[in-house]
Amino acid sequence: MINIQEVSETNEMIQKENLDVRTITMGISLLDCTGHSLDEVCERIYRKITTVAKDLVKVGKEIEIQYGIPIVNKRISVTPISLVGGTVCKTEEDFVTIAKTLDRAAKTVGVNFIGGYSALVSKGMTPADERLIRSIPAALSETDVVCSSVNVASTKTGINMDAVKLIGEMIKEAAQRTKEQDSNACTKFVVFCNAPDDNPFMAGAFHGVTEADAIINVGVSGPGVVKAALEAVRGENFEVLCETIKKTAFKITRVGQLVAQEASRRLQVPFGIIDLSLAPTPAVGDSVGEILEEIGLEYAGAPGTTAALALLNDQVKKGGVMASSYVGGLSGAFIPVSEDQRMIDAAAAGALTLEKLEAMTCVCSVGLDMIAIAGDTKATTIAGIIADEMALGMVNQKTTAVRIIPVIGKKEGDMAEFGGLLGHAPIMYVNPYSCDAFINRGGRIPAPIHSFKN
Amino acid sequence: MNKAVITVVGKDSVGIIAKVCTYLANNQVNILDISQTIVQDYFNMMMIVDTNASLKEFKTLSDELVQIGEEIGVVIRLQNEEIFNMMHRI
Repeated sequence: MINIQEVSETNEMIQKENLDVRTITMGISLLDCTGHSLDEVCERIYRKITTVAKDLVKVGKEIEIQYGIPIVNKRISVTPISLVGGTVCKTEEDFVTIAKTLDRAAKTVGVNFIGGYSALVSKGMTPADERLIRSIPAALSETDVVCSSVNVASTKTGINMDAVKLIGEMIKEAAQRTKEQDSNACTKFVVFCNAPDDNPFMAGAFHGVTEADAIINVGVSGPGVVKAALEAVRGENFEVLCETIKKTAFKITRVGQLVAQEASRRLQVPFGIIDLSLAPTPAVGDSVGEILEEIGLEYAGAPGTTAALALLNDQVKKGGVMASSYVGGLSGAFIPVSEDQRMIDAAAAGALTLEKLEAMTCVCSVGLDMIAIAGDTKATTIAGIIADEMALGMVNQKTTAVRIIPVIGKKEGDMAEFGGLLGHAPIMYVNPYSCDAFINRGGRIPAPIHSFKN
Repeated sequence: MNKAVITVVGKDSVGIIAKVCTYLANNQVNILDISQTIVQDYFNMMMIVDTNASLKEFKTLSDELVQIGEEIGVVIRLQNEEIFNMMHRI
């Protein structure tokens, strides 16, 4: 039988160390929602989402009470809309109409976000894909909870540089359209290399075409728990450090597994995966930056940061894999600058630069996340930053992503405020030299060779 | 059987256990195990209980226990036992 120490340990994790389940995300296929007219498609999409997910929020709350564990977000991901709306959306405005339908459906069922306003264009764009991408600035600025993502590269296909260039321009336009709110439309958009089909985290969640009709994916959290566990082993060697992280990750993930199984049973929707990511929030004591400091760095970004992050990420996976029957999604430590107080501090102190973040993304998921840059940064420069990050993912056979916010009207050293879980971020320095001629070439970068690894 | 864990944490005072047990008895919640420690005047108790015979919903029991805790100045939580088993048993 369970004893009082074990019960206290679990409850301390929840009450003092911010242990929570970050999200229950229901993936819903919209492939059966096509039709002959835009109205018909919108009607079917609305009906399917509000039917399949009608109990999602209620069940989430019941589970919270049953186990005494907070479930911070309830979300929905849907089939990439470029596929669903491709036949009926003849203009960009038509796609925006679908975005508004998603927004309405999400609000009806009460979820925090809906993801899947997406296109998969790693090799080429169909006319529908291109229309959807061009509609993203309007869609994100005219809706509240819709999230968008585009997969522009993969290890098997290379990088679609036409799409990268176009997205650089769209990010600028989305920023411009929401300049009164610190360009926050860009916080709801992410560009991917090797995007997973079952990611429960926003803004990049979509329900891949290889998935079942509906599925439950769960994202756990708990940087504070890892931090607290590491406080007890200060000064110990790497073996002890790694063992501690692994054991803690196991415990955190078990809670996610329990919540996922229970949600799946109550909603009668199959369980998909647990995403083993350490997801921080702006709250003190819920920070990946703090873990890196506890491992022994003065600030995240100091020499040694990439190695520390590599071991952290690896141990989280090693502990988590045994705790869950199915693991997927992004699975790794997140390093979003604005959503992590110690990362914000490190960036503001000048310890953490864009280039160091880029290096860190080689060893952890997911990429350059929630990076605020000056609003006058050129679209081609943004495209260049995206291309670099896509290249890392392509060559290293991992998922990488960019969520970058050119904050209109702000310059290096200013602070951008996005609100809630999205937090705030200092405007970071961007290398001022041009990559115009590179980005303007057009076409795609071929897939890399998979031998002669060096 | 659906077992639950009640934890009571707070400053020690007379009658904490009596108050909680009276509530449980009145609501047909059977107590299977109790353990308790006091560390530096802080009262820390755990009960394993069976809520199956209770006529009240889990949420109602939970809410009412929280309220009793507030009345006597301690924090009371009711949780399904499964979360502890998952975390601490392979």
